[in-house]
Amino acid sequence: MKKEIEFRSRNAIRVGLVGGATALLIALVGMVEAFADRYIITGVISMGQVLLFSSAFVVGYYAAGRTTSDGWQRRVWNAALAGLAAGAVLAGLVLLMETVDLRPVLVNASPALLEILTFGLDTLPGIVLLLVVNAVVAALACLMVLLPARARRTVMTGLGIVILGGLLQDILRLALAGLPPVATALAWMFAVAGQTGLSVAGATVLFAVVAGGNYWWADTGPRFRGRLRELPPQSQRNVRLGSWALVAVSLLVLPALIGTYLSDVADTVGIFMLLGLGLNIVVGFAGLLDLGYVAFFGIGAYAMGVLTTTSGQIVFAPQLTFWQALPIAVAVSILAGIVLGIPVLKTRGDYLAIVTLGFGEIIRILALSDWLKPYLGGSQGIVAVAKPTVGNVVISTPQGFYYLIMIGCVIAAFIAIRLKDSRIGRSWMGVREDEDVAQAMGITLTNTKLMAFATGAALAGLSGAIFASKVGSIYPHSLTLLISINALAIVIVGGMGSVPGVVVGALALAGLPELLREFAEFRLWVFGAVLVAMMLLRPEGLVPEATRRRELHEEEILGQLEPIVEAEPVSTAAADTTS
Amino acid sequence: MSILTAHQVTKRFGGLTAVSQLDLNIPERSICSVIGPNGAGKTTFFNCITGFYRPEEGQITFDGHSLVGLSPDRITRLGIARTYQNIRLFANLTAIENILVGLHPHLKSGMVGSIFHTPRNRREEAEAHAEARRLLRFVGLTGKGDLLARNLPYGDQRRLEIARALASKPKLLLLDEPTAGMNPRETADMTAFIRRLRDELDITILLIEHQMRVVMGISEQVSVLDYGEKIAEGTPVQIQNNPQVIEAYLGRGSASA
Repeated sequence: MKKEIEFRSRNAIRVGLVGGATALLIALVGMVEAFADRYIITGVISMGQVLLFSSAFVVGYYAAGRTTSDGWQRRVWNAALAGLAAGAVLAGLVLLMETVDLRPVLVNASPALLEILTFGLDTLPGIVLLLVVNAVVAALACLMVLLPARARRTVMTGLGIVILGGLLQDILRLALAGLPPVATALAWMFAVAGQTGLSVAGATVLFAVVAGGNYWWADTGPRFRGRLRELPPQSQRNVRLGSWALVAVSLLVLPALIGTYLSDVADTVGIFMLLGLGLNIVVGFAGLLDLGYVAFFGIGAYAMGVLTTTSGQIVFAPQLTFWQALPIAVAVSILAGIVLGIPVLKTRGDYLAIVTLGFGEIIRILALSDWLKPYLGGSQGIVAVAKPTVGNVVISTPQGFYYLIMIGCVIAAFIAIRLKDSRIGRSWMGVREDEDVAQAMGITLTNTKLMAFATGAALAGLSGAIFASKVGSIYPHSLTLLISINALAIVIVGGMGSVPGVVVGALALAGLPELLREFAEFRLWVFGAVLVAMMLLRPEGLVPEATRRRELHEEEILGQLEPIVEAEPVSTAAADTTS
Repeated sequence: MSILTAHQVTKRFGGLTAVSQLDLNIPERSICSVIGPNGAGKTTFFNCITGFYRPEEGQITFDGHSLVGLSPDRITRLGIARTYQNIRLFANLTAIENILVGLHPHLKSGMVGSIFHTPRNRREEAEAHAEARRLLRFVGLTGKGDLLARNLPYGDQRRLEIARALASKPKLLLLDEPTAGMNPRETADMTAFIRRLRDELDITILLIEHQMRVVMGISEQVSVLDYGEKIAEGTPVQIQNNPQVIEAYLGRGSASA
């Protein structure tokens, strides 16, 4: 942390005012009032209050953290001052609302909001209390800064989980209804008849369990990991295999537990994950900024539609089965990837982005056009797209598609990981880093870029084909620019070029909006805020691309290559002759 | 026997003639230098050889192949590798990955082999990694292979760039100011290293260099460019005493003074 500039009271007030402005915004967009009855802990604190006072907490934490002087008094003073400044902004709002009726301009400046801000008291005592609460919240935040690191982590994690638990109660209950003991525990934690939110006892227990677990893991975790590292390689491998098996099993039983609605959410996440994995090859590996990625998704979806539809509304309808159509759909997408790739090979960076953007729109407009209406159905799209069958069973439920999509994602991730660490992957990354130099290293740009486009298109086509079958129809208006943007956001938020990043990014970007349903009409507002925060806090992505160790872990590489240890002498002999 | 022959090479940028009717012969297994004031057309000439630029006139022949009109990757596959005046490593790849990219023309694995790790692919990858580690050792970067190229110290970056160029197993190596920004000690190391490249690996070396100590110390043939034209050529001793060269470097009047 930079310590050259003394953090004075003046700075604390300034920070507090910024926080106050944030709280003001949250109040005036109506979130405070809308969530006033939505309790985090029943009867104690509502989501509205959490939202209102979170900015005091943040500014208090920030001000205390930035204060450089040694004494704790100075930190508490700065934090409280920042909180007071934040409160003063809200107090100003209260005074304004008392004297002028703001509602004609600001719809949400309602009497109900006023009552929340003044805690139901008269103006003067209300304002005083508002200021005091803000200052106290900020001072509490300062306490967090003063705590030793381990205790701070413990308390913050506990608080965070309690708030998250209260916030996501509906989803939690829905998600874990399939696990009877957990469901019972949850029912107890949330058990206040007719009210939302955790019960006081439930919140206390949740906090104690989470904070206690965190405290315990803080020194057990590293010790545990240390012991794992000391194990012989064979056992380490077993442990790794075991944990993978555990992940696999929980992924397999997941849809049975979470029910139809959340399985459907998982399907959406999976379809975007497939898109992200494909786009990651084009953008993350090869550095080719493609803004028209939806085109390949659309081509895959329409190929599946045309080949399998039984509606009788389009001219050419061979009525294939899903499994017959799937490889054709992927092949058509690959072909489209190459066809698009050839003309845009010479363009770079921003220009490439614009050209691909155009391509995405062309595909959508073609699908919508009267010209192709006999074949693609125009604005009516294609309905009655075949569902996949396994044996005699038709897959039609979200749970069924979950497995199909998951297999797709596993294959896609496998391909991406293998390719990344290969001659082709390295040439992609060379092109990404410096196209001219890559070419001077003997990399043929045409082939390399076309391969990236084709692989990316294949995965997008797969994603589109599954999507069309899952929904049972495909329309031109499903192929919006937003899909390209979302896929790109998944890659960027996850971490460019990182396969685990795409998985996390898809969960965050396609899953989060569903979880945020709690925020009702403020969903996109919060989603945007979360995105901005993520990019500010982790610009390199949630799971940045890891640098592989290749030189010093040679035993690992050779370990993977056991069958050809005989090849070693060959290469050393070659080395001897040349050096 | 010449490995590289340039005949009447001319490169223009609009009205500016950057390289003008240049003739150059590089004998096989020699160390040759191209020198000249800033803007004399040295790097442009390098770019013409490596296919970054296409000269308007003239012929460049390497090892029996005409290079004019070939793309840089084809030229690299014929056996020419280069380094850059301002280091151009793949900054976000590790040192060893940089070298592995350099090995690209000598690897064959395709998509299917890479995805399924066929025995042939595994053998090729194992050999490539062994070769990359050997090259790291050759340039003295053993132990630094897993560092990101951008995190290496300046001198190491220069060495890594040479290792990456060597990975393509060139017959001719073009070095664009290999000792730029180095202190005298590093410069001496680099000079010895360049000589080793030729002596141990039988690589012909063509370098652009500003430090006269380096040029005169290791070159067997020095060509001097000024305003795109070759004004002199010969052994270091001949060049040092050439009045035209002194004039180009120090200005008119210096030669007679």
